[in-house]
Amino acid sequence: MPEAALPIRRPWLGRVAGRLRLPTGDPFAVTGLAIYAVFVLVALLAPAIATHDPTEILFTEGYDLAADLRPGEEGFVLGTTSLGRDIFSQLVMGSRSALLIGVTAAVVVAVIGTLVGLVAGYFGGLVDAVLMRLADVAFGIPFLPFVIVLAAFLEPSIWNVVLAMALVLWRDTARVIRSQVLSLRTRAYVEAARVTGSSDLKIVFRHIAPGVLPLSFLYGSIAIGWAILTEASISFLGFGDPETISWGTMLQDAYASQALSRGAFYWFVPPGLCIILVVVAGFFISRGYEEILFPKLKG
Amino acid sequence: MRVIGARLLQLAFVLWAVATILFLIFRLMPGNPLAAYIDPTFTEAQQLELMARFGLDRPLWQQYFIYLWNLLQGDLGESFFYREPVGERVLALLPNTLILTFSSLIVAYAFGILVGAWLAWSRGGLGERAAIPLVLTTRALPEFWLGMLLLAVFSFWLGWLPAGGTRSPGASFDGYLDLYTSADFLSHLLLPALTLAIYSQGLPLLLMRSNMLEVMDEDFVTMARIKGLSRWSVVVRHAARNALLPVMTSFAIAVGYQIQGNVVVETVFSWPGLGRELVNAVSASDYPLAQGAFLMIAVVVVLMNLLADLLYGLLDPRISLA
Repeated sequence: MPEAALPIRRPWLGRVAGRLRLPTGDPFAVTGLAIYAVFVLVALLAPAIATHDPTEILFTEGYDLAADLRPGEEGFVLGTTSLGRDIFSQLVMGSRSALLIGVTAAVVVAVIGTLVGLVAGYFGGLVDAVLMRLADVAFGIPFLPFVIVLAAFLEPSIWNVVLAMALVLWRDTARVIRSQVLSLRTRAYVEAARVTGSSDLKIVFRHIAPGVLPLSFLYGSIAIGWAILTEASISFLGFGDPETISWGTMLQDAYASQALSRGAFYWFVPPGLCIILVVVAGFFISRGYEEILFPKLKG
Repeated sequence: MRVIGARLLQLAFVLWAVATILFLIFRLMPGNPLAAYIDPTFTEAQQLELMARFGLDRPLWQQYFIYLWNLLQGDLGESFFYREPVGERVLALLPNTLILTFSSLIVAYAFGILVGAWLAWSRGGLGERAAIPLVLTTRALPEFWLGMLLLAVFSFWLGWLPAGGTRSPGASFDGYLDLYTSADFLSHLLLPALTLAIYSQGLPLLLMRSNMLEVMDEDFVTMARIKGLSRWSVVVRHAARNALLPVMTSFAIAVGYQIQGNVVVETVFSWPGLGRELVNAVSASDYPLAQGAFLMIAVVVVLMNLLADLLYGLLDPRISLA
């Protein structure tokens, strides 16, 4: 399959940018990008959009605790939690932690995976053997249980998820990039660079890296979704940072407060839908990338 | 044979590495290093016995070898909470996790394979165009949220199914077979298995579809078409059978994958399996039990990765394992 990705004529940035400028090009990618744009905008403007302080315990005009209000009651857009906090404001502010975790995790996974793949693929031999055995080990580590154990021993923080992803999830990216490098390295232009005396560093970063960058972006965009899903799971299980408002902590709060048995759908459905939207946007964009990278798959 | 030998060596290496990482995490954690094995509420005699059994009074490197040696013999220590050997407890929970995993995956694969083949058959149609984003959406679902949703609708709202656990209070059974085939157990199994199945069907479905599309371009399919066989015969007897192999291989990987995802779904449905046990043990600082549950999950993951590798070569001789 990687063979199809090889004929690269324009620089990747121009290619990707060119792709993105075409709204009719790939409806999936366009939808995904639109969702991302809204998501980023909401996260940036969150304090202006939120109607209340998401952590504040609120009271109604009659000075009663504003607990378990339904959407619209007393002017709360999505109702309130059992402790009298505004659900809509939590939802809006939750986009910030999701964006933060998603983007950092994506960068970390893509950078580590790409570097490992480049080094292993280009230098081969012992370096390759050691790095790929490390990848084998990373594949043997159950990811979610690993995050749980890690989170239990570290201070509760949203960064635990990023740390765990940096330690374990580079494996997929690294393997794919490595195999791509293995085939790129035998190309005539790389051969030519070597013969004309280019240093290894220059060959790797000037001649080979541009050829694998779209793949790094592909895996990076998938990692955004993974990070958000993982953070949600970890928070739901009670290993998240209780100080941070995220969609995961909202769901944990709802589950622990019996929102399910009370049928408080307005409480636990919106955070889930937000997670789905953001994660699926990443899938849609990566599908768009795949079609650039592997045109054969185009259905 | 040599290939299998090499793979087994690799398996042993990975398991050793995972056990070592776990040792390091549990020993280097802040606080009392003895905490990994000894609960302050154990009696003096118990504490001394465990100190000797795991060499906790010795230097770290000696503890490490004792840990590995005990592990080889299946000795994972004593659970703080249950006051019983971790190994026994973990093995007792394994069937619940495996039943949940396999029942959900079998449903997911049956559905995914059929629908995936159908999508390839009706390529370019309206159904396909609507199905792909839908399937991608199921892959984006937080599994525990889907579980919460099903629970709220089918257990609490409609009241059709029980809300958690594996059996109703007071129900008793003669032995495991009786339990696992009882309507009571199956009604408890339905929701968690459905949750996992909805999440897992995307992989076989998308794989089956893309394999079918690929196989349908191959010469032997064209040949079958030229021979004038019916479309049904071409698609099902020739294309689907060959497209199926990689999908079946992915089943092993999916088992390893699912067993990690079980952690959240088991927690939502209070399903007494390995994942929930891990979560509870970590929350309760029951370190030996947490370590044991983690290792058991890791063993399943590693074994399934190996199985997938071997199956891959076995089912399709064109792929060399070397």
